[in-house]
Amino acid sequence: MITKKEVQHVAKLARLGLTEKEVKRFQKELSSILNYIEKLKEVDISKVEPTSHSITRALAKGGDEASASSTEVENVMREDKSQKSKVKSQKLLELAPETKDGYLKVKSIL
Amino acid sequence: MGLTELTITQAHAGLVKKEFSALELCQAYLDKIEKENEKIFAFLTVVKNSALSQAKKIDEMISQKREIPLLAGIPCAIKDVILVEGIRCTAGSKILENYIAPYDATVIKKLKEQNAVILGKTNLDEFAMGSSTENSAFGPTKNPHDLTRVPGGSSGGSAAAAAGNLCVYALGTDTGGSIRQPASFCGVVGLKPTYGAVSRYGLMAFASSLDQIGPITKTVEDAKIVFEAISGKDPLDSTSVESKIENCKLKSKKVPSSPPSLRRSVIENLRIGVPKEYFIKGMEPEVEKIIKKAIKKYEEMGAKIEEISLPHTEYALPCYYIIAPSEASANLARYDGIKYGLSVSKGKDLLDVYLKSREEGFGAEVRRRIMLGTYALSAGYYEAYYLRAQKVRTLIKNDFEKTFEKVDAIFTPVSPTPAFKLGEKIGDPLTMYLSDIFTVSVNLVGLPAISFPCGKVGKLPVGLQIIGKPFEEEKILAIGKILEVDELRSSSPFANARVKS
Repeated sequence: MITKKEVQHVAKLARLGLTEKEVKRFQKELSSILNYIEKLKEVDISKVEPTSHSITRALAKGGDEASASSTEVENVMREDKSQKSKVKSQKLLELAPETKDGYLKVKSIL
Repeated sequence: MGLTELTITQAHAGLVKKEFSALELCQAYLDKIEKENEKIFAFLTVVKNSALSQAKKIDEMISQKREIPLLAGIPCAIKDVILVEGIRCTAGSKILENYIAPYDATVIKKLKEQNAVILGKTNLDEFAMGSSTENSAFGPTKNPHDLTRVPGGSSGGSAAAAAGNLCVYALGTDTGGSIRQPASFCGVVGLKPTYGAVSRYGLMAFASSLDQIGPITKTVEDAKIVFEAISGKDPLDSTSVESKIENCKLKSKKVPSSPPSLRRSVIENLRIGVPKEYFIKGMEPEVEKIIKKAIKKYEEMGAKIEEISLPHTEYALPCYYIIAPSEASANLARYDGIKYGLSVSKGKDLLDVYLKSREEGFGAEVRRRIMLGTYALSAGYYEAYYLRAQKVRTLIKNDFEKTFEKVDAIFTPVSPTPAFKLGEKIGDPLTMYLSDIFTVSVNLVGLPAISFPCGKVGKLPVGLQIIGKPFEEEKILAIGKILEVDELRSSSPFANARVKS
C-alpha cells in the first residue's frame, strides 16, 4: 500500500489539489491499480528495446522492412522560416481568465 | 424509409436525385435530436443555426447543378474533444465547460471542404477516459437499444447518436478502444485507423502515442467514405503519414453491392487468425457463441481460419494502464487555470491557482489517471513502470508482426460482454478497465481495427473486431463488408439500410 505521504507528494508534482478524504481514497485505489500493473514484472525484458512510436517508417512503406527496426522514428524538420500564425492572438487571449495589455496575467509566484 | 434512417450513400443519392433537400434532411435530424436527446443524451451541444445555413448552401449548389462531394449536406456529429471553430468544446469536463474552440481540427477542415453539415458535439467520458461515458461531467449517455445500459465509451455519445439515428455518421476517437467498444455496444460500425493515418491536429490530446480519430457509421461502406475524407498526411501533425498501400483487390468503388463472383475471389485468398488468448474465462458465453458463428461464416465462404497465439496478450492491459496515464498526466498539465478554461483564483499565489483550478475542474477518473501517470513517471519509478511498459509494448508488437506473416487479418471479440448497466462498474476503476481487455493491444501496436455488429444477445448488439496490418484499413473494411452483405445482416439494427446500400 502506498503511503499517505507518497500520495501527497505525487499530487503536488501533478499540481492537483486533494481533500483529506481523497488522499485516503487514492491510497487505496492507486495501490490496487499498481498491484495489478505489477503483473508486468513477470515478463523478461532484459534484451528488449522500448517502443515509444508504434508505426515505423519501414512499416508505413509496406511492411517489407518491418523487421529492420522497431523503434526507428523519423524526425520531421521544417525550414527555419517565420510563419504567420493561423489563429489571431487576440482570439486566444479572449479565452484567458485574466489578461493585461495583451499579456496573460497571473498571481505572484513567491 | 424515414430521412433519419439513411446511410451516407443513400442520403447522397437522395440529394442528387432531389428526392429531398439538404435542408429537409438537416431539419429531420434536428427534430429527432430535439425529441430524443433528452433521454439518450448523446449531444452536449447542438448548433442548429449553423447546420441549417450550411444545408441551405448545399441546396443552392444542387439547384445550380453543381456536382457535390459524397459528404456534402450529410448531417454528422463530432465527439466533443475535437475542435470545431466557434463552437464550445468541453471534453466532457468542467474545466472546459465554457471553452470556445478558436480553430478547426484538421479532420473538421477536411469535412468542411466536402461541405458536411455538423449538427453538434457529442458526449464522452471526461477527456476520453472511460469505457461507459459515465465519466462525463455533464451526465451519462444512454444506450439507444436499452436506456438502462451504457453506450460504452469513451465515444459513447457519437455511437449512441449514430445508433439512435440522431446523425448519419459521427467522428469518435480511440485511445484504448474508445471507438470500437461503444460501436460494439450500440450496434454500429467503428473504425480505429492506423496510428498516423488521420491527423490529430485539433484533437485534445489524451495519450499522444495511442490516440486516433475515426468514423462511427451505420455501414462499413460509410466508414470507408468518412475514413477516406479525413485521412492523409498533415504538416500540422508530424506523426501523420500518407499511406499509399493498395491493399485490397476488392475495390468496389462503383459497385456498392459487389457481385458474388468478386466476393468469392477475395475470400479464397483470405487467411484469418483467431488468437486463443482472446477467448478467456469471464467472457459471456452468448458473446463467444456469436463471435464464433461469425468466424464460421467466413470459413464457409472460403476463408482459411487459423488458431494463432499472441502470447503477451495478458500484459497488454497493465502495459496500457501505465503508458496511457503517463502520457495523459503530461498532456493534461496544460489545463492550469491560466491560459483558458476554469480558473479558481481565491488562493494567495500562482500555485494555489493551479491546485484549486485542477481540483475543481477535473473529475474522479481524470484525477486518478493524472495521479497514476505522475507516479509512474516520477523519479525512482520511471524505469520500473514507464520504461518497463514500453519494453513490454515491443513484445506485444512483435507478437502481432510475427502473426501477420501468416495471416491477413485477426478476428476477436470487441468486448467480453454486451453493454452493461449504468452504475454497474463505475464504483470500481479496475473492473471498468477490464472492459478494454480486447481493444488496448491494437492501440499499443498502432494497428487499424474495426468493430462491426455481428449478432445480438437479447436486444443488445455484439461486435466483431477485425484487426489488420498497418495502413490496411481498406482490406479490413472489405472483409467486414463480406459479412455485412451476407445473411447475418438480419441481426443488425440497420438491416434494411445495409441491404439497400
